[in-house]
Amino acid sequence: MSESQILELVRRAERLSDQSGLSISTISRKLLNDGKGLARLKSGGQCTLKTLETARTRLTELEASNTATHDLTTRSTKKDDALISATAMTHLDRLEAEAIHIMREVAAEAENPVMLYSVGKDSAVMLHLALKAFYPSKPPFPLLHVDTTWKFNEMIRFRDETAARLGLDLIVHVNREGVDQGVGPFSHGSQVHTDIMKTQALKQALDKYKFDAAFGGARRDEEKSRAKERIFSFRSAGHRWDPKNQRPELWNIYNTQIANGESIRVFPLSNWTELDIWQYIYRENIPIVPLYFAAKRPVVERDGTLIMVDDDRMPLNGDAPREEMVRFRTLGCYPLTGAIESSATTLPEIIQEMLLARTSERQGRIIDHDQSASMEKKKQEGYF
Amino acid sequence: MSVSTLTASDDVVEYLAAHEKKSMLRFITCGSVDDGKSTLIGRLLYDSKLLYDDQLSALESDTKKHGTQGDKIDFALLVDGLAAEREQGITIDVAYRFFSTDKRKFIVADTPGHEQYTRNMATGASTADLAVILIDARKGVLTQTRRHSYIASLLGIRHIAVAVNKMDLVGYSEGTFEKIETDYREFAKDLGFESITCIPMSALDGVNVTGKSRETPWYNGCALLQFLETVKVRGGLSEKPLRLPVQWVNRPDLDFRGFSGTIASGVVRPGDHIVVLPSAKRSKVKSIVTMDGTLAEATPDMAVTLTLEDEIDISRGDVICAGKAPAEQTDQFAAHLLWMAEDALFPGRQYLLKTANRIVPATITELKHKVNVNTLEHLSGKTLELNEVGFCNFNLAQPIAFDSYKDNRRTGSFILIDKRTNATIGAGMIDFSLRRAKNVHWQDLDVNKAARASAKHQRPCVLWFTGLSGSGKSTVANLVEKRLHDLGRHTYTLDGDNVRHGLNKDLGFSDADRVENIRRVGETGRLMADAGLIVLVSFISPFQSERRMARELMEDGEFIEVYISTPLEVCEQRDIKGLYAKARRGEIKNFTGIDSAYEAPELAEIDIDTSEVQAANAADQIVMYLKDNGYLEG
Repeated sequence: MSESQILELVRRAERLSDQSGLSISTISRKLLNDGKGLARLKSGGQCTLKTLETARTRLTELEASNTATHDLTTRSTKKDDALISATAMTHLDRLEAEAIHIMREVAAEAENPVMLYSVGKDSAVMLHLALKAFYPSKPPFPLLHVDTTWKFNEMIRFRDETAARLGLDLIVHVNREGVDQGVGPFSHGSQVHTDIMKTQALKQALDKYKFDAAFGGARRDEEKSRAKERIFSFRSAGHRWDPKNQRPELWNIYNTQIANGESIRVFPLSNWTELDIWQYIYRENIPIVPLYFAAKRPVVERDGTLIMVDDDRMPLNGDAPREEMVRFRTLGCYPLTGAIESSATTLPEIIQEMLLARTSERQGRIIDHDQSASMEKKKQEGYF
Repeated sequence: MSVSTLTASDDVVEYLAAHEKKSMLRFITCGSVDDGKSTLIGRLLYDSKLLYDDQLSALESDTKKHGTQGDKIDFALLVDGLAAEREQGITIDVAYRFFSTDKRKFIVADTPGHEQYTRNMATGASTADLAVILIDARKGVLTQTRRHSYIASLLGIRHIAVAVNKMDLVGYSEGTFEKIETDYREFAKDLGFESITCIPMSALDGVNVTGKSRETPWYNGCALLQFLETVKVRGGLSEKPLRLPVQWVNRPDLDFRGFSGTIASGVVRPGDHIVVLPSAKRSKVKSIVTMDGTLAEATPDMAVTLTLEDEIDISRGDVICAGKAPAEQTDQFAAHLLWMAEDALFPGRQYLLKTANRIVPATITELKHKVNVNTLEHLSGKTLELNEVGFCNFNLAQPIAFDSYKDNRRTGSFILIDKRTNATIGAGMIDFSLRRAKNVHWQDLDVNKAARASAKHQRPCVLWFTGLSGSGKSTVANLVEKRLHDLGRHTYTLDGDNVRHGLNKDLGFSDADRVENIRRVGETGRLMADAGLIVLVSFISPFQSERRMARELMEDGEFIEVYISTPLEVCEQRDIKGLYAKARRGEIKNFTGIDSAYEAPELAEIDIDTSEVQAANAADQIVMYLKDNGYLEG
């Protein structure tokens, strides 16, 4: 490998930095997925030929786009100067405003709304938005947690603390029949467990309290079939989702009319991505379950996935749990939630890890793996 | 690279600080499957590095099953959604995709381009700031380009990027590109776009998608992504007068009364003078309340809560406006309407109209013309079918505050809802008021309905007889009227014989005409009840929605539905006028029960089957009902 090629790359990157105002570390991240990479190369570091080739291609694109952007901005500044105000809304501001608008619309039009609170990071954001939407009033609906009895202990603690701290009405629903029958992920497998303790339990709770609208934290970027999901998703009296019979959503006018017995699932975070969620948690300083941060935790390996031993119901089959620095990208039933090895103990570290890891978050969820259309089938059956 | 060895550096904090300040752009892509639209979006997602590795590996196995691009990655598969649609190889709905660059977050509405998906495109366009219109460089400006541009223009999009795609297949010819650009600008000149930007491109090869490419040295503009990152689209809303449609009244306790909503236009600051519609009450803004503290000003699209200096009555559905420039109010307006339902529009039928924050009953009183979305020609017509656009006159049960759609997308738009199925069946864009509704008041006459009714010693009502032809409606109605006349009551009967020959002689028997027929009869019945009469209406009136419309014209308890439920076989056997025989022979079209549906009432006040009950007994039963319920007192 030619050292001069590396040096040429570094020189070009520095020139681009001068012209565009981008910092060297930003350019480095774009070229090498590593903010310190260029600095290392400059001080004599090495990289593979393939990495160098990729970096050069990316650099060429950056240089071209810098020229183009430069041209365009010089042409358009004069005319539009007046429109750029200090209060211009950022993308997070817009996502926040959209979610608040949706929540207020439901509060005004539904007779008996509820917020599904799963304790995870998306629920944390959704709850925070609800506090904002109705401030100084409290959100005019209760929180509902469907407890499968297999959630992480830390989740339950966090849930109860959150409800108490905010003085909110929290309903916890457990499928008692499922508990009586001893349904669990180890004895019945993930599919049966999820169906009975989560999907059926949710239907039970919605029927029991006669909720006609339920907020959920699902996002369109989570999975391909969700890209076409509406923000207001209509369910028949039997909670079935009919993909052919969903309403078009124009402007910010939402049709909330339903017949008796029918219900609406409302997804105020539809247009958020995983990165938006983390950025918003960071910006707003929203409390989240500590399980998202790396810590030493007892884990065992099952089918290549690290599972945390959260209580003594975990069959160890002779394996001794080992202490590892791990964290979770998504939270659910502990036996069905894979941990990742990590040292990220702060929000910026988590975000950095996410940007570098490039593995979408649902990979940690064992229920989605079967087939690419699986989420869609689950949805038709009433899984949230 | 091992993830666990990284520590949070200044880099990430810097990154977060920069990315928190990103703006957002929503755009729609228009084109048909063959134009490479899905490939373009897939390419944007792919190249902006937001495709995660496991989505990529799922994609590689999918490509083997459905791919159409040989061994290359088929980007289109990234963006097709529901399983059934993937098998067909076309997308049939609106899908929303997300990607980000350092400067902006993008929300892409991806919709199919065929004519039968006009409603999907309109849905995507309604929230878009900009449209990317794809043109196949080999084909140039086509009928569908015209359609896509018209719908974008109709829905208020003012900025267009024309992606002249598949330039690789025309050898990146500058001449081809220039001709397409000239053609497009020529035909789009009347569509009201503020800016049109044409970009030569090959989505498949990534030419001029995320970066300028060498293949088009003659092209001086920038690549699509740079254009999207920098284009300014949201000007103007701040300069317009304040509009805040009130969504929710915020009353945590007796001391706080706030009005929550999303600012549709204008900037609001404490101390600003405001006027509330429809009450026209005036006040000043006291504060802009948020959980993060009170604000010095709030701008369009912000979701805020206002408190006012004065205690005035404001509820959901009201619009807080700038004191100097309030919105218009009207109960009659002209609007462009896109029909989104399988069942055709019926002028005269009552629908629900929902604006940004309120629902009112509405009817289309006249379809002025239809618009051919391919040629923009105006056509005459009596109804709108799925995906058709019409220019209509509307009549509302109550006035609403509005601005014309071209001035304000948020306060000039509405959806129509079917009262029976609750489906969203139309999308409307208001053009102008048909009158100054605020100048029209109902005359509050001293001699009113109560006075007229009491002079007749009765409570006015409408007995609405519905049922198949030959079921015995008119026979029973005639007997009832005789009995009431004998009792000294004041009555009138409206039936086919006295209405069809006069008031409604211009109407035929198509579904649309039947709806209008019933509307006029309902209105006439209402006037007669207002005059204090007991009105007997005897019409087949086969559709539930029209009967409901007639019911809703009346005050509570004034509408009595009498269902003559004689079965079809009996009616056909009687066939007093010989009409069933003719209908069976095909000599009469749209005959109820034969080739046109009859929707039986679900909750009729009275239900009589004349194959089981004698007409005279039926009449007694109805008079008894009137007596028992107090209609013959007063």
